Amino acid sequence: MSSNWKIGCAAALVLAAGIQSASAQELTGTLKKVKDSGAITLGIRESSFPLSYLDASQKPIGYHIDICNKIADAVKTRLALKALTVNQQPVTSQNRIPLTVNGTIDLECGSTTNDSSRQQQVSFAPTTYVTNVKMAVKKSSGITSLSQLGGKPVATTTGTTSVQLMRANEKGKGVDFKEVYGKDHADSFLMLETDRAVAFVMDDNLLLGLIANSKNPAEYAVVGESLSVEPIAIMLRKDDPQFYGLVHATVKDLMKSGEIDKLYQKWFLSPIPPKGVNLAFPMSDALKNAIANPNDNPKEAYVKK
Amino acid sequence: MNYQWNWSFFLDTAMSSDETYLDWLISGLGWTVAIAISAWIIALVLGSIIGTLRTAPNKLLATLANAWVETFRNVPILVQLFLWFFVFPELLPRELSLWVKQDMPAKEFFTATIALGLFTSARVAEQVRAGIQSLPRGQRNAGLALGFTQAQTYRFVVLPMAFRIIIPPLTSEFMNAFKNSAVAFAIGVMDLTFVSRQIVEESGHVIESLLAATLLYFLCAFLANRIMVFIERRVRVPGFIIAK
Amino acid sequence: MLSNFDFSVIPVSLPFIWEGLLYSFKLTITAMCGGIILGTLLALARLSGGPVLSRFAAAYVDTLRSIPLLMVILWFFFLIPLVTGKPMGAENSALITFTLFEAAFYSEIMRAGIQSIPKGQVNAGYAVGMTYWQTMGNVVLPQAFRNMLPVLLTQTIILFQDTSLVYAIGAKDLLKAAENTGKNYNRPVEMYVFSALIYFIICFSLSMLVKRLQKRIAIIR
Repeated sequence: MSSNWKIGCAAALVLAAGIQSASAQELTGTLKKVKDSGAITLGIRESSFPLSYLDASQKPIGYHIDICNKIADAVKTRLALKALTVNQQPVTSQNRIPLTVNGTIDLECGSTTNDSSRQQQVSFAPTTYVTNVKMAVKKSSGITSLSQLGGKPVATTTGTTSVQLMRANEKGKGVDFKEVYGKDHADSFLMLETDRAVAFVMDDNLLLGLIANSKNPAEYAVVGESLSVEPIAIMLRKDDPQFYGLVHATVKDLMKSGEIDKLYQKWFLSPIPPKGVNLAFPMSDALKNAIANPNDNPKEAYVKK
Repeated sequence: MNYQWNWSFFLDTAMSSDETYLDWLISGLGWTVAIAISAWIIALVLGSIIGTLRTAPNKLLATLANAWVETFRNVPILVQLFLWFFVFPELLPRELSLWVKQDMPAKEFFTATIALGLFTSARVAEQVRAGIQSLPRGQRNAGLALGFTQAQTYRFVVLPMAFRIIIPPLTSEFMNAFKNSAVAFAIGVMDLTFVSRQIVEESGHVIESLLAATLLYFLCAFLANRIMVFIERRVRVPGFIIAK
Repeated sequence: MLSNFDFSVIPVSLPFIWEGLLYSFKLTITAMCGGIILGTLLALARLSGGPVLSRFAAAYVDTLRSIPLLMVILWFFFLIPLVTGKPMGAENSALITFTLFEAAFYSEIMRAGIQSIPKGQVNAGYAVGMTYWQTMGNVVLPQAFRNMLPVLLTQTIILFQDTSLVYAIGAKDLLKAAENTGKNYNRPVEMYVFSALIYFIICFSLSMLVKRLQKRIAIIR
């Protein structure tokens, strides 16, 4: 399986390079669709802090939304369109992949882990964030590690890699939790807040964002060892070389020009709407590395050898 | 439309799990049936009592029963489900609230069952009332004239006839119980809808997963219909209710 | 506990709630009008006696009545773009889904309404030289429609409640607006209660209206 994605990526890169050199060729895939309809649809998340979430006026904002808008601009320039309508469709962890595949959305600008099983269905932009899966707890519970969760209700969001991670942990370590599922991250956090769950297992940036925007941020803490290191990326349809090439070129430009650092500064190191909280979350070495060497390697490549 | 069909993936093992997607589907069906049947029993018992009370001579009881029906009938089932799941436990004393939220066994299942049971009870009550009121007044008077008490008149004269009359609308309510149980996924019950969405997400086989779940729902509704038709035939009073 | 509730979020939420409510109304009215027209055609097709036409109508109605609306919503949302190759937002997808789904339910009501008209009237129509469709359109349907008005409206109340299910595909209706606001201001519990109240007030008023209508129609008849 692991060699498959490498071949796939290599082939795609070759194709992408080919397209860059011969941009006059006929449009295919998403670019053709956007040219014909004059519109591009972004899949957005409603509580994936600070990558994609709703501000006080319920408009989607965030680090990945900004990047997606840059990509939309690049599409507009490439197609020489006078105007490009950017539609937004809320998606959840459970329906984002089918909706990308069936063409409802063209770019998924949420917090999707790039892993090799998903690469069989979709493609990814270069990794723009690297997350650690951890757990949020109420400080008063005194919980600091996964092993203390035996027999206790633990929340996670349906359709995320955390679900599989918990399953694997349950099997490997013999810890038996009672899983409770929220349909979105805000839902899962509500379960922690209302004591339906004693812990919420999820990407650390999401947990910090949810805590920062909760009623009493001081009540919660993100604790425990990192359960998994996962590359997070914008998602697009598979087998769409022209669009893939454009998306990759755009994101790489952002990385080379240093613009991505400014965006990171804006969303992770400065006060953000709606409450004006600063997540104060410095860039990890893994992300610095991903920005220095742009790639769309799946999660499996991040496992320590 | 180019779609690559693949039915054999149901036998694949889900990621980091010992179970196949087919196992998931079967357990999802189990929860759906469990919720629908338990909710139907609650609805039938409560609905019969409330519906009967609505026709009772006691004004207070009739008003209370009417209030019950209007409350549970005029709020969408999904919203009622959220009220039971997110709001109701917050109204309880702290200890009890924590127990309901953390330690109560199969808590999502019970929440969904109660929500669906009460929602359906209002609809059953409405049918029971309509059934009772459709009977000629003479029947009740005849009962009373024979020296039956109010309760006896209901038990031996009014209700047996009323229930026979309303079997067809009750049949659709029974089928509705299965269909409406689909909302349970929203609070994390791993019913048919939940597992079909989960399978779509993990396997990528959208059409097969949805089709399998849809067929199973169809089968449930069909069986519910057949059971009620069977009951209808068994309890028919000869010469009274005209067969279809 | 109730002391923890803070309903000050409600005034803030009103603009969002209003927007969501408008979409819920739009969905209800579109599905009602489209559903009644399509449903009436289906009922006529089913009663027409044409072997292909009536079987198709029966199969359509019986299938949709046997599966959960939630499943149908998911189906259409995934299938429409796959079949047409054109993306469609959740809101538009729901408009189509509800119209086609509700047609099955309105069709059964209209069929009952048509069958309640004495057969003599149909024969009278034929006797003066009208065709099946003319008889139905000029004689039977106007009466059936009036007789069935309360039932059609009751179905519309159910339809209005069912619009809350579109939250499953992320369309912004009343429930979704309430939920989003609740999450944004950390007051989800209060917003669920508030949305329940709005649904109740609207559905209860409508059902009172239906009751009065039923009485008036009963007198006319």
